[in-house]
This record gives sequence, C-alpha cells and structure tokens, in this order.
Amino acid sequence: MPQIAQILETYASQFFWLLIVFGLIYLTIGHGMLPKIEANMDARDRKIADDLAAAERARAEADDLGDSGEAGLASARAAAQAKASDAKTKGAKDAEARLAKADAEVVVKLAAAEAALSAATAKAMASIETVAAEAAADIVVKVSGAKVTPAQAAKAVKAVMTNG
Amino acid sequence: MAGESGKIDPMHQFQIEPLAPLKIAGYDVAFTNSSLFMILVLGALWLFMWGGMKRELVPGRWQMAVEGVTGFVNNMLTSSVGPEGKKYVPLVFSLFMFILMANFMGMMPFGIVPGVHPFTVTSHLTITAVLAVISFGTVLVVGFWKHGLHFFSLFVPHGTPWWLLWLIPLIELFSFLIRPFSLALRLFVAMTAGHVLMKVLAGFVINGLNAEAAWVPLVVSIPSFILMIGITLLELLVCAIQAYVFALLTSLYINDAVNLH
Repeated sequence: MPQIAQILETYASQFFWLLIVFGLIYLTIGHGMLPKIEANMDARDRKIADDLAAAERARAEADDLGDSGEAGLASARAAAQAKASDAKTKGAKDAEARLAKADAEVVVKLAAAEAALSAATAKAMASIETVAAEAAADIVVKVSGAKVTPAQAAKAVKAVMTNG
Repeated sequence: MAGESGKIDPMHQFQIEPLAPLKIAGYDVAFTNSSLFMILVLGALWLFMWGGMKRELVPGRWQMAVEGVTGFVNNMLTSSVGPEGKKYVPLVFSLFMFILMANFMGMMPFGIVPGVHPFTVTSHLTITAVLAVISFGTVLVVGFWKHGLHFFSLFVPHGTPWWLLWLIPLIELFSFLIRPFSLALRLFVAMTAGHVLMKVLAGFVINGLNAEAAWVPLVVSIPSFILMIGITLLELLVCAIQAYVFALLTSLYINDAVNLH
C-alpha cells in the first residue's frame, strides 16, 4: 500500500502542497468568492421579499379602492332608486288627478247626453202618439167610414199605448 | 500500471511519483503527481466558482449550480449549528468542495490518454489526516475560545447520574479524541477501497480478454465489465457521499464547540 509504504518520503510534500492548495481555496474561494455569491443570493431574497411586500401593499390599496368604488356605486344606486320611486309616485298622483278631472268631465258630458237623449226620446214618443192617432183615424175612416176627431183618436191611442 | 509480467497491480494507482524535485529547509517537498492533482482540483474549483460569479438577479444554469452548492453548505451549517454557523461556511465549504472535487478528479477517465494516470488526492492518509486535523483543530480552537475551560463540560452530558460520573466523561473524552481519526480514516478507506475494487475488476476484464482460452472473455470479462459499470456509478455516489459526510460531521462537531451540548 503506497499510502503507508511511501509515507515517510512523501508526507512533507503532501502537507506542503495540501496546505498551499487548501489555503488558497480557503482564502480566495471560501473568503473571496463565496461571500459575494452569498451576498448576491441574499440580495435576491431581499428583492423578492420587497417585491412581494410591494405587491401585497398594492393589492390592499386596490382592495380599498374597490371597496370605496362599490360603496359609491351603492349610494348612487340608492339615490337613483329614490328618485325613480319619487318620480313614480308623482306620476301616479298626476295621473290620478288627471283621471279624476277627466272622470268629472265625462260624467257631466254623460249627464248632458242622457238628458238630450231622454228629451229626444220624449219628443219622439210624443210625435209617435200623434202619428199613431192620425194613422188610427185614417184606418178608422178607411175601415168604417166613420169620422173620428183627432181628439178621439189621440185618446184611444193613448189608452192602448199605456195599456199595451 | 501493468507490471513487467503483464500483471496489473491495483495499488499502483496510489503511487506518488515526483515530477519536479523541490527542497525547502531540508524537507523534500517535491512537486508530485499528487500535488499536480491538487492544483487541478484548485483550478477546477476556481473555474466552477468563477462561472457562478456573474451575480445576476435571475441566475443562469451555471450560477444556479454554484448557488445550489453554496446554499447546500449554508443550509447544512445553519440547520446543525444555528445562525452562528454562518461564520464557518467558508471553512466547511472549502473542505466540502476540495474533497468533492478531489474525489471526482480521481474518477476522471484521464487514463485513456497513454501514459496519464488519474490520481485520487483523497485516497492518501496524509491528505485526509491534514483535513481531519483542520476540522478537529477548528473545533478545539472555537470551543476553548468561546467557552474557555467550560468547554470540558462537553464530556459530561446533561442528566448524567452522579454514580456514573467516573465513566461517562471517560467515554465522551475517547469518542471526542477519536473524531479526527474516524474523519481521516473514513475518507481514506472509502476512496482507497473503491479505487482498488475498480482496478481489480478492470484487471479481470483485461486479463480475461488476453487469456488464451476462448471461453474466458465470455465468462469473466463481460460480467466483470457489466459489474464495473455499476461499481463506477456507485463510486461516483460514494465520492459525493464521503464529501458530504466529512462536511456534515465537521458542522456537527462545530455545533458541539459552539453550543456545547
């Protein structure tokens, strides 16, 4: 086994070169390059944490804005609803008033029309009576040849019409 | 690696060959193939880290890989030591990455280039021992620095009955002192055994193909080759696991030193 057979001849060289090489590694890499790499990693971790915090803040802000926007929207909607219902009740009242007015006019017109109608009916009835009396007198003349006075005819017609 | 008689020596891969002689203060510190692979590990690690140094806000693939490893070590220390563990990230990261890269570097198929042999730095006891001493020494220094002599209360766990006070501290002391040896031996043995196994299987494949009897390749080489594919994948896993175990144990030991029990 050369590791043991050669130990006396080679230990000095092995120690010497190992200490040089390991010392170089420890100083230039362990204390030179490694801290820079670690500092870079730490800086990156910090940056990521900062960015995440900023994003969180922005999100909270956006949430706040959204909340206030929603509140504004809700109040605007409530105001609009109130206005709409106001307008509706006002419109309904207006319509009622107009309707009542129209109703009254219609009632007056209706009464006048009814009066006119009944007058016309009465007039027509009266004229029917005279026409019927004349017709009855004529019929009596034609049938019996007897002369009937208009007054007699009218009396007879009236009697029939009220009974009939 | 083939010897003079065509025999394949599975231990030859651990041989340290001097490439350039160098003497400092009477010590032979020659630049060897082991040193070369340590330099390669340093270069590969440096390249890997450099690729992740773009430091972009949105990381690319390479940066993601580097940040994944650093995050992994960071996580390991913060979960086993707590927030104070951050201080030890450079050390544990260096240990983890050096062991990981050295393990992988030994698995690289450099052997396909004639005359080049990959060398596993971490398969040498001298290397793993130094790494274990670095880990253990950190624990000692941190422990005595933070707690002074109170650090010895580590050997008396909470709730020890008074009539066991003569035995438990002794056991705890031994288990504490064994830590550097277990750290060093675990890594060294795992890497050595794995590479020996792979080399033995490769020897079966090659010697089977060279055998005179025609049935030998079919019966020996092909099954060995199939087995070797599996063992190689397993070894790659072991490379990562051993680096992880070393780093995890180091962070647990540092936890002992920082927080006592």
